[in-house]
Amino acid sequence: MQALASFLCGLIFGSGLMISGMTQPIKVLGFLDVFGRWDPTLAFVMGGALAVSSMGYTLARRQGRPFLAAQHLWPNRKDIDRSLVVGAVLFGIGWGLSGLCPGPALENLASLSPRVIVFVMAMIAGMGVQDLWQRHVPSAIAIENAAFATSDG
Amino acid sequence: MTAFDPVSALFGGGLIGLASALLMLLNGRIAGVSGILGGALAMSAADKIWRLAFIAGLIAAPIFIGLFGHSLPEPQMPASWLLIVIAGALVGFGARYGGGCTSGHGVCGIARLSARSIAATAIFMLSAIAVVAIMRHGFGV
Repeated sequence: MQALASFLCGLIFGSGLMISGMTQPIKVLGFLDVFGRWDPTLAFVMGGALAVSSMGYTLARRQGRPFLAAQHLWPNRKDIDRSLVVGAVLFGIGWGLSGLCPGPALENLASLSPRVIVFVMAMIAGMGVQDLWQRHVPSAIAIENAAFATSDG
Repeated sequence: MTAFDPVSALFGGGLIGLASALLMLLNGRIAGVSGILGGALAMSAADKIWRLAFIAGLIAAPIFIGLFGHSLPEPQMPASWLLIVIAGALVGFGARYGGGCTSGHGVCGIARLSARSIAATAIFMLSAIAVVAIMRHGFGV
């Protein structure tokens, strides 16, 4: 049941990305190009997404437990640390160079575009490097909890 | 490139928000794509099935929307092959190192009013805006 729910959420999420035009890298770059012909689409997409998700999260906070799972796994970190800042800067550089972030990149695999396939392979390699890096940094949080404790999303 | 259409932007965004809300209400999980993918790839994670199912749904979405007569536009990637590889690696590494991406920080995190996510979103947007400014307008280069 959890897997089916998850599949449906992926389907709705991907439909939203496609309907809003956010699967198109050129359109995302149009939003990021504030010194050129600025395209405000992404701001409206985020506004629509935040309006609905914040209402949903308000409901979830009042829920004893999720319908299909034992507990809500809310991210619990509050500190703005070096890895958050460095990670966001690097992520932003990659996003600005390509116009692709992880959601639209995965969804665009459906187009079988060779450029997207290469992008996703490089993205997975980058994630793999980060995973190895974290395992070898002594200060890293206990490995068994790393995926949840360090990740906000 | 299609023109700015606020109605489809808001409606599509609403669907993204709905999917994020439902994933929390049903499965108790944050809909952060980089976190979901990273967890699906990690050797240690035991909960791979729901992650792979979400990704399958994401990739199946264009087929689903196709039933209503819309097709996935061919993605236009202005960057060279070398830049595509560099960009992909930075997106993958940066999203995991920084704890999330546009969905996990930009939508789910801001909806939770998380200071970390608000900071991360502001930083990656400014960083991306700076890169596009340099690439397209050559400021300071």
